[in-house]
Amino acid sequence: MVTTIEVLTPGMQTTVQDLGRPGYGHLGVSACGAADALALRLGNLLAGNAEGAAALEMTLLGGRFRFNGPAACVLAGADFAAKLDGVPVELWTPTSILAGQTLALGGSITGARSYVCFAGGLMVGPSLGSCSTHIPSGIGGRPLLKGDVLSIREQVRNLHPVHRETIEALRSASDVLRVTDSAQTSDFTEQSLANLYSLAWSVQSDSNRMGVRLVGVLLEAPMQGSMTTEGAPLGAIQVTPSGEPVILFVDHQTTGGYPKIGCVISADHWRIGQLRPRQTVRFLRVSFEEARQLLLEQEALINPEALFE
Amino acid sequence: MSDSALLARFDDSTPTQAQLRVSALLEAIHAAAIEGVRNLHPAFRSLLVVYDTRMWTPQGLLQRLDEAGGRADPLPKPAKTLVLPVCSSSGFAPGLVEVCAAAGLERVAAIRLFTAATYQVAFLGFAPGFPYLLGLPPELAVPRLARPRTHIPAGSVGIAGGQAGIYPADTPGGWQIIGRTPFRLFDLGREPMSLLNTGDEVRFVVIEEARYQELSQW
Repeated sequence: MVTTIEVLTPGMQTTVQDLGRPGYGHLGVSACGAADALALRLGNLLAGNAEGAAALEMTLLGGRFRFNGPAACVLAGADFAAKLDGVPVELWTPTSILAGQTLALGGSITGARSYVCFAGGLMVGPSLGSCSTHIPSGIGGRPLLKGDVLSIREQVRNLHPVHRETIEALRSASDVLRVTDSAQTSDFTEQSLANLYSLAWSVQSDSNRMGVRLVGVLLEAPMQGSMTTEGAPLGAIQVTPSGEPVILFVDHQTTGGYPKIGCVISADHWRIGQLRPRQTVRFLRVSFEEARQLLLEQEALINPEALFE
Repeated sequence: MSDSALLARFDDSTPTQAQLRVSALLEAIHAAAIEGVRNLHPAFRSLLVVYDTRMWTPQGLLQRLDEAGGRADPLPKPAKTLVLPVCSSSGFAPGLVEVCAAAGLERVAAIRLFTAATYQVAFLGFAPGFPYLLGLPPELAVPRLARPRTHIPAGSVGIAGGQAGIYPADTPGGWQIIGRTPFRLFDLGREPMSLLNTGDEVRFVVIEEARYQELSQW
């Protein structure tokens, strides 16, 4: 018997996400995927799933969900003060749910995105190989609405107690994003680069899964609006002709025509997904070798041996 | 480009040659099915190769890409020509006034100039099925908007910096909009999904708003 969940309230923006839809960039299709892929992967592993199983992603304000059958889940990412029938639910902890119970997530306490990873994963038909919702194009569906019903796949593995130290090591708090150079870094003035790396930047509230807009000083953008369009990767920091830096995020376009002053390293992509409106963030310049080393160190901790007691 | 992406650039060839070389490299990489290559983003003169940083160093992947793309000998393929209806009534063309002012042209003259040209699909990028078109008359080359619009309706035909393109879905965007086509550019349930594909030729014919409404019914 398949357990279904009913959306009582959807929250601010709740979508189904997995690790995304790479492989269709040549058609202009965004890779998409979880805004905090690290949280999704950890949550899924803790829930006994493959790391890329489809889960719910919530932004800033969570939703309420009623279960019509038994289930188990792990909450991952930011703390949204979740409660199961009024009883607080701990993050990063396998939680059993009985038929008829309601899981309610509130507003985020720290960070911006929370994940509900159901043991078994969500049963969603994939589009182009992925269940991720790409909001701008509608590929993979739309954000959840009140009354939507989702099914959960059958749980395949037992859940284990979690090694807290591993989670803490992977999820240390920091307001620094590490950045490598990018294709147009050398076209920017020394002053613009000095400003990027010395100032505190404030996250604008119109930031979303496509891009995170930052306010600080205006940077001097080279090639004023006349650059030849080229491919743009996740995490690229584009500077618009008006001088505002924008970090391209998970729903970003495949190509862009604004110069890129740098690119946030892969090991810190999850931190972009946890940036809150008006939060300040700083940048630290690292080499490509350091960036890869930091990712390999992070990856070494993302496996069942490191995660379970 | 980043710690997980390499950019192959073809700066020294003509736009058409560069486009052929980008397509040839893209096809060669697809054919080689290199493990750990996650995504390919073609553009006018470049191909972005997004890869799994856990599996490749940049040097290692570069060597592998050279092997895969080294023998690429691009020849033009026979082009398919599509004619797209486009409506340039004022509500459908919010950027036309600025384009006319920048080009020093009357509205009718600007539209005539735009529709007299034959365009070539250089690549699909930015959004699913968004064609970047070569062949814009140089008189119509205008810069992008300093601050992108938050909402551009599906089918909008835009120009910017010597490029033309068509927005397949409602999105934000930074191009000057000079008209709108009722045709559906991208459909997951269609094969091929994209109406226009790299190398295709495109012409535009002007339609009135009433005809636009008729054509959008289906």
